[in-house]
Amino acid sequence: MAYLERILGEHPFFAGLAAEHGRLVAGCARNRRFAAGEYLFREGEAADEFYLIRHGQVALETRVPGRAPLVFATLGEGEIVGASWLLPPYRWMFDARAVTLTRAIGLDAACLRGKCEADHHLGYDMMKRFLPIVVKRLHDTRLQVLDVYGDD
Amino acid sequence: MEPEAMPRPAALIDRQGLQALIDALADEGYRVLGPMRRDDAIVYDDLAGIDELPAGWTERQEAGRYRLERRDDAALFGYAVGPHSWKRFLHPPVETLWTAHRDEHGLTFRAPEPAEERFAFLGVRACELHAIAIQDRVFLDGPYVDAGYAARRREAFIVAVNCGEAGGTCFCVSMQTGPRAEAGFDLALTELLDAERHDFLVEVGSAAGAALLERLPHRPAGEADREAAATVVARTASRMGRRLETDGLKALLQDNPEHPRWDDVAERCLTCGNCTMACPTCFCTTVEDHSDLSGTSAERVRQWDSCFTLDFSYLHAGSVRQTPRGRYRQWMTHKLASWIDQFGTSGCVGCGRCITWCPVGIDITEEAAAIRATAPDWRDD
Amino acid sequence: MSMATTDRPAPGAAPFVPQAYRVDEVTRVLADTVTLTLAPLEGPRPDFRPGQFNMLWAFGVGEVAISISDGEAAGSFVHTVRAVGAVSRALAELEVGARLGLRGPFGRGWPLAEARGSDVVVIAGGLGLAPLRPAIQALLANRQDYGRLVILVGARSPEALLYRDDLAAWAQRPDVEVQVTVDHAGADWPGRVGVVPGLVEPAAFDADDCVALVCGPEVMMRFTVAALRRAGVPAERIQVSMERNMKCAIGWCGHCQFGPDFVCKDGPVMRYDTIADRFAIPEV
Repeated sequence: MAYLERILGEHPFFAGLAAEHGRLVAGCARNRRFAAGEYLFREGEAADEFYLIRHGQVALETRVPGRAPLVFATLGEGEIVGASWLLPPYRWMFDARAVTLTRAIGLDAACLRGKCEADHHLGYDMMKRFLPIVVKRLHDTRLQVLDVYGDD
Repeated sequence: MEPEAMPRPAALIDRQGLQALIDALADEGYRVLGPMRRDDAIVYDDLAGIDELPAGWTERQEAGRYRLERRDDAALFGYAVGPHSWKRFLHPPVETLWTAHRDEHGLTFRAPEPAEERFAFLGVRACELHAIAIQDRVFLDGPYVDAGYAARRREAFIVAVNCGEAGGTCFCVSMQTGPRAEAGFDLALTELLDAERHDFLVEVGSAAGAALLERLPHRPAGEADREAAATVVARTASRMGRRLETDGLKALLQDNPEHPRWDDVAERCLTCGNCTMACPTCFCTTVEDHSDLSGTSAERVRQWDSCFTLDFSYLHAGSVRQTPRGRYRQWMTHKLASWIDQFGTSGCVGCGRCITWCPVGIDITEEAAAIRATAPDWRDD
Repeated sequence: MSMATTDRPAPGAAPFVPQAYRVDEVTRVLADTVTLTLAPLEGPRPDFRPGQFNMLWAFGVGEVAISISDGEAAGSFVHTVRAVGAVSRALAELEVGARLGLRGPFGRGWPLAEARGSDVVVIAGGLGLAPLRPAIQALLANRQDYGRLVILVGARSPEALLYRDDLAAWAQRPDVEVQVTVDHAGADWPGRVGVVPGLVEPAAFDADDCVALVCGPEVMMRFTVAALRRAGVPAERIQVSMERNMKCAIGWCGHCQFGPDFVCKDGPVMRYDTIADRFAIPEV
């Protein structure tokens, strides 16, 4: 347990996390390893875990009928994968595939949600960590939608 | 205006002397250009004699309005400025930049030989002298020199006329560009006309002007003549049709690109570009390429352009300034503000042409005042 | 490197009249984009500074401003041209041996001398890599004069990436960090997917002592400048290359005005703090 607490604290997402919150979160954590090409999750599956990437690269992709899957974002070391676990109906909206061998910490979604409900200080702290990332990804998506590189 | 330490040499000529001036200039090989009445307006064109000057005419100018009217005297210069300005000669509306020819051996470019033409401008107003000086900064002071403009400008002989009549849209007093010609001329005239006399006080502004004056029948000007001329100019200065507050104007415009008045003026502006064509300082141009059917010859022609066109700011995907609001804002902010950053002077000389010749009567002084009246605080500079 | 050290070329006597050039080489670099190698029919090729541009004239069609995109082509100008308008389409269709007109070089280049001793962050979006390639080449040729060198490149898709061989070669060097991202990709793309500004935060450079050279579509530059500012890069250490309609390239035609600046002579490379007041105002 102490080992998971330590590597959690080393991940940028949990930088500066209070020790008592670290213990609470670590209680929901486990080590995960995904081989290149392996899926962390697929669209429509239950969003019951979210991931802090420690090493490797994960592609978020969507399947388009009649076409090859389209990658719309990649995430790497120090980033997090997954937001759908936060909100009902707790289903993944996209596929997440390990591009290279990926090591991550997986956090059990139901466990973490429960602890956030029980301790709103933890819950609010989690939201403050989560929201800037979600907003940044929203901005990035807007820029992608603008399709700034021309009209080919 | 700074009072002069030394009065310029001055003389008096009468109407015959003015004719002699035109003749002397023509004799020296100048193409003499001056004001004349045509198509119900006073325009600038080739002038053979004083009979062609608009004697006894004046004009009534208001926003979007211009009418010639009879005067109750026979003044030759009893009006302000019409739709033309001297830029049509120094910075012509259409000019071939070069021709290209290609054959099996290669591709050659040839710039046209500079025209030998030497212009003499008769009847250049103080605001127009300033306008010429402003275009000089554009075409002569950069890292590059416009050779054609430089040649025309260098050769030009300028006879200024101090204004005896303020137009309804004039505001040179606000812009400190008139109504008295202070510099930039070879000779400057002030028309002295009453029941007893019809003379012109002639001030000398250059060695060429002094030499030319020597060729004319003239007599010395006395203190009373000088005072009479000063009175003419002072009266004109007191009768300006418009006023523009220039204090802090640059910052006012540059700090208020989102002022609601830009939307208001955009409702009225037709983006026709008349103001830019009539303006004596607007210098923007575009180029057109022509080629012959065989594909062996081509030429590139430069012509006046206007920032009011959509094409002006076109950039592969579309125009940068899509809206009339953006285009009017560009014109007015450039003219009154960013021009100062670019050339160290306002681009406006207060001649009022943009007001008079706007088909919907948009008044730059009124727009500036409206922004000032309702703008939030702006920086001092 | 045959690049002049002065900021501007000597004023020509007849700045409107092109010189005749010959197309020596045409390389199709993207579906709608070619790289032209142009040699003067007479005399030497003028010196230029990275970031400057030439006016290229297609016979009987017209003239367009195109940045110089290679600093290592002795005796020639290299231009990467995307066929987007009548003139650029005519240029992109030129064949080896064809003749065209060229005026230049014009404009303010990347201030590489000012960056000496500092880290340099080069950020390119799409065709924006073209005017930055001579800068990168000059930085690499004088690598010891600079601190860390970071090259961040974005494109719409892997297929739309410019100069892939150069990117690969630069990435091989131990003294350069190269990060490439695309807006979207197929599953076979091993690289990053995401927008260029997102590359700024994770990149390793000293925000307090770096110079950022940015070129790409204006929206991309706005977002990128915002990311650089968030990372702590001072506004006066950010250089952006602007694009506007140009007819004359020497400050006379008025078309390229951007507030008080003429992009042709005050730019195209402009220091961000000098344009920050209007960078995000529409229709300036």
